[in-house]
Amino acid sequence: MSDPVVSISHVTKTFAQGNVTALQDIELELMPGEFVSLIGPSGCGKSTLLRVIGDLIEPTSGAVTVNRKTARQARIDRDYGIVFQDSVLFDWRTVAKNIALPLEMLGWDREKRRQRVAEMMELVDLEGFGDHHPWQLSGGMQQRASIARALAFEPALLLMDEPFGALDEMTRERLNLELLSIWERLGSTVVFVTHSISEAVFLSTRVVVMSPRPGRIAGIVDIDLPSPRGVETREDPRFFELVTQVRELLRKRGEHLLPEEEGL
Amino acid sequence: MTAVRRAADWGPALVVFVLVIAAWEGGIAAFHVQQFLLPRPTSIVQSFWTERHTLWPAGWYTFKEALGGFAVGSTLGVVAATLVGRFKVVGTAFMPIAIAANAVPIIAFAPIFDVWFNPLSPRSKMAIAAVLCFLPVMVNTLRGLQSASPRQIELMRSYAASDLEIWRRVRVPTALPFLFTALKVASVLAMIGAIVGEYFGGSFNALGVLINSDAQVFDFVTAWAGILVASLLGLSLYGAVVLAERIVVRWAPQNRGS
Repeated sequence: MSDPVVSISHVTKTFAQGNVTALQDIELELMPGEFVSLIGPSGCGKSTLLRVIGDLIEPTSGAVTVNRKTARQARIDRDYGIVFQDSVLFDWRTVAKNIALPLEMLGWDREKRRQRVAEMMELVDLEGFGDHHPWQLSGGMQQRASIARALAFEPALLLMDEPFGALDEMTRERLNLELLSIWERLGSTVVFVTHSISEAVFLSTRVVVMSPRPGRIAGIVDIDLPSPRGVETREDPRFFELVTQVRELLRKRGEHLLPEEEGL
Repeated sequence: MTAVRRAADWGPALVVFVLVIAAWEGGIAAFHVQQFLLPRPTSIVQSFWTERHTLWPAGWYTFKEALGGFAVGSTLGVVAATLVGRFKVVGTAFMPIAIAANAVPIIAFAPIFDVWFNPLSPRSKMAIAAVLCFLPVMVNTLRGLQSASPRQIELMRSYAASDLEIWRRVRVPTALPFLFTALKVASVLAMIGAIVGEYFGGSFNALGVLINSDAQVFDFVTAWAGILVASLLGLSLYGAVVLAERIVVRWAPQNRGS
């Protein structure tokens, strides 16, 4: 068995303001090629956990290793790409230059950048939009550009923080399918934060259910749906069983609000 | 299509402008308003032409003062904003003073600057214009530098970007639209500073001095023609800043064409 891509041991994070325990004693390992969703209501620490993996937030105690290195070293080595809820594209750059940003930071030369950007635009179906500015694209296209940017330097790990949360349901389902096909092609490891039970079950190989105050892991559901998944997966009886299983886990922890009913 | 749209954009303003001028001209004739209270637009334009050999060189002289003050004041404003934005200590030490100074009617210092610098030298007017330009440019640029989106900074940190790189690639571009807003304000202030500075005395071939002395000898038509020159020069400086803005920050919301 190969080494885990991400290994989280005894991670606790408390925020000084308000004395909030965002994460309490989190234990989790991600194997190469896994697609793991973190799901739970607001305040369960799922976005904090994602940022701890990315070394954007330092844990109060505990340790995180990414590719057998400390999270800090992994960040410095640019071992992961990240996608946020809003696309975080720079308005002053064209779409192509936005995708090229991490490549510029890595010191790639112009020709190499141009080639890779062209490949990435093809991958996320944005050919012909390279010279557009972000505000000229629809929300779904912006998010595809930000996925292309995150994947441009082929990181082994992709961190996604509710990437489709701000999109309408139809765009979201289409991007779910596109993300799956990209993931199957590239074989990267994905950590995916979401509010949506069906999205988590549809995409993941494992769903980590979290509960709030303090943020902790309530349970993990292995998703044994056949691959490759498609539109018909959502009609599979097994899909509904797994959705129910995740929902039960969320409810068992005394949550009155289901994630999908909250803030949506 | 653009020609039609442009006509639609400018048409109403042009109509209002023509109506105001016509009402001005007609009103003076109808109510027998005396020349020294308010001259007719046609006589102002006439004087603007007949006095061109004194007014225009004087305008150019004053314009250069304004331009110099604008350049010096704005540059210092940007430098100060950069220092304050970069080093927190500088900010805590100077920002309260800068904000208080913002409320001071700086134009009141004009006679003092005349003493500090030679009143006949363009440098005294440049100094007034520069001081007027400094604060709005500094305050706005600083606000711009501090307006970078936290997510964008987080993204840059995920690439292990250095502070300097975050500045270059996020903070400075974010600040540019703020800077141009300030430069537009400063371009107007620079012209005001130069002319009002000249009201307190200055070289004889300066526009403010001309307007002032014409008014003192009741030659109000020429004074008005001088004001027209000042307005045209002020507009052209403002226009130049707007043009630069359109080119540099084409991506900013207000400049987004199709």
